[in-house]
Amino acid sequence: MMETQFRFRTDEPVGDPAVTVDSFGEQTNASAVRIEPGDDARDLLPYLGRLRLVEVNFPVFGDGRGYSAARILREAGYTGELRAVGDVLVDQLAYMRRCGFDSFAPEHPLVEADAEAAMARYADVYTPTVDGRAPIWAKRHGLARA
Amino acid sequence: MYVYDEYDQQMVDARVADFRDQVRRRLDGSLAEEQFRPLRLMNGLYLQLHAYMLRVAVPYGTLSSAQMRMLGDIADKYDRGYGHFTTRQNIQYNWIKLDEAPDILADLASVGMHAIQTSGNCIRNTTSDQYAGAIADEIVDPRPYAELIRQWSTFHPEFSYLPRKFKMAVIASDTDRAAMRLHDIGIQIVRNAAGELGAAFYVGGGMGRTPMIAPCINAFVPIDQMITYSEACLRVYNRYGRRDNKYKARIKILVHELGKDEYTRQVEEEFKHLLTLNLEPPLAELERIKAQFADPAFASGLPDSLDLSDPDFALWVKNNTHTHKQAGYLVVTISLKPTGGIPGDASADQIRLMADLAAEYSFDELRVTHAQNIVLPHVQKAQAYALWQKLEAAGLGAANLDKIGDIIACPGLDYCSLANARSIPVAQKISERFAAKEQEIGELKLKISGCINACGHHHAGHIGILGVDRKGVENYQLLLGGSEGADCSLGQITGPGCDEDGIVDAVERATDLYLATRTAGERFLDTYRRVGMAPFKDAIYRKEPA
Repeated sequence: MMETQFRFRTDEPVGDPAVTVDSFGEQTNASAVRIEPGDDARDLLPYLGRLRLVEVNFPVFGDGRGYSAARILREAGYTGELRAVGDVLVDQLAYMRRCGFDSFAPEHPLVEADAEAAMARYADVYTPTVDGRAPIWAKRHGLARA
Repeated sequence: MYVYDEYDQQMVDARVADFRDQVRRRLDGSLAEEQFRPLRLMNGLYLQLHAYMLRVAVPYGTLSSAQMRMLGDIADKYDRGYGHFTTRQNIQYNWIKLDEAPDILADLASVGMHAIQTSGNCIRNTTSDQYAGAIADEIVDPRPYAELIRQWSTFHPEFSYLPRKFKMAVIASDTDRAAMRLHDIGIQIVRNAAGELGAAFYVGGGMGRTPMIAPCINAFVPIDQMITYSEACLRVYNRYGRRDNKYKARIKILVHELGKDEYTRQVEEEFKHLLTLNLEPPLAELERIKAQFADPAFASGLPDSLDLSDPDFALWVKNNTHTHKQAGYLVVTISLKPTGGIPGDASADQIRLMADLAAEYSFDELRVTHAQNIVLPHVQKAQAYALWQKLEAAGLGAANLDKIGDIIACPGLDYCSLANARSIPVAQKISERFAAKEQEIGELKLKISGCINACGHHHAGHIGILGVDRKGVENYQLLLGGSEGADCSLGQITGPGCDEDGIVDAVERATDLYLATRTAGERFLDTYRRVGMAPFKDAIYRKEPA
């Protein structure tokens, strides 16, 4: 099991092992699930109430389906932990944060200073997502945007 | 034209720092080449046959003189004194050193330019009509909408690891000068019966190994929902586009495999959801951008006539200028296709000269066209002769716009690591062979690609040439009948291919048949469409009597 290297939450980490989306049906009382690239994140929407940890697996960093999965869960109101696991690299962290990930368990630990620099590099963003950052257009026009 | 504010500037400055850090980590070994590759590609840096190639973005093809001058200086300082303008309205440099690339980006950032997303599996530089803002047939200037897309797509966190590259084009005229329907998303800005502006979405076009003409999936998306609709199109693609085979990973395959109706249904469903999230920039942002594309201060009451007593000038005016929306002005296209030249190449001195000429004659503005030429959009008729003389003196006076010598060609096997055959020598030979006949032949768009990826748009040429590798020998196939315009069509292969000299002969047989067969006013494409492939095939493959 990969170690969580970065975590941007203060609640207690979930101890339960994550189960597959297929086995996460109504028959279990699991609170942690793991999404693979081919899974439909929307299959989890009926169970958001009991979900506390969603792991999104990136078997290869170039497969970007996990970014959509993360954003879809946040857009639906999921507030539990959203963890990127697998081939998670320094230069993907900032985009992952913007899509709603708040913890990271890279297969190979990252150089902390590089990771922090990469996540802090852009003071502003053009595009609104689910991270609450006001896009540049909102700042230009003095618009509040939740 | 659009000028960066502090926010835009800060984004490109941060990107320079970002890339400098990535290069540092690559050089110290903490980034593996396989991890670095998509990062450098998203900064337009390719590893080619002989060196790194850097592709610089020219959003919707629009440049100021200061930006153009910088492109010339970069060619001198970091390359071998020239640059190559591309079919995506960008410029690329062929002889770049990796450790200098961050410095080039810093130089570019000093004039509000960058190489962001000019490659990689992300949303690429958005292209547009090279005559935008200068020509009467547009309903609005399409560039503000393209700029809105530029901002939305820049560093898009969800869509930077798509199944494959993603190209968008925006036009606002029924005359399509941007090959709009050959893009992953083509948008035409339209007006409905109530006079409101909207965006018609064409999704799933493209060239490459499986050429397709994009179908219209929504004929009218209200203009204040255009970004949200784009987001929906992309999300469906990011989630369901094929990732098992890179040759089937473009959105055209998804649209084709799902069927237009099912893809559209999924997009509309996603769109309905995304509308609830308030992702769309406010109209005030569009207005802010539009204000920067306001007409320059055209003079009124200028003479609307030209002295055409110099026949060479008259020919250039006839071929290389278009009617401007403002009386007394012309739209000028500078051909980068001199006889025997490399299509789209310009020397550092020529690039700087064009920058100076734009400052003197065209309100400081230039455009790059997808046909690899340069436009001065707003030239006073009274000054056209003086301009032309300066172009002539610099080897930029070729009067061959849309003629057989105005060839689109990819860099081919002379530079590109993907190519199967050379494109440039074929272009040069055709240019030389037909130089004396090109005026007689009239409009004929000839396009050459050195491999099936079709960067040279061969599917969309009235005559297309595709270079392939046949058992280790370069071989060229001929296609006829393509068009990138509003009458968009894909060329058909004539038959067996031939070698480099043979393909030039084959083109001549085709044009000879055209000259013998055309009726009054018919272009090559019209004749081909009227008589069909058979007589051309007979002419091209007939045996000479022994």
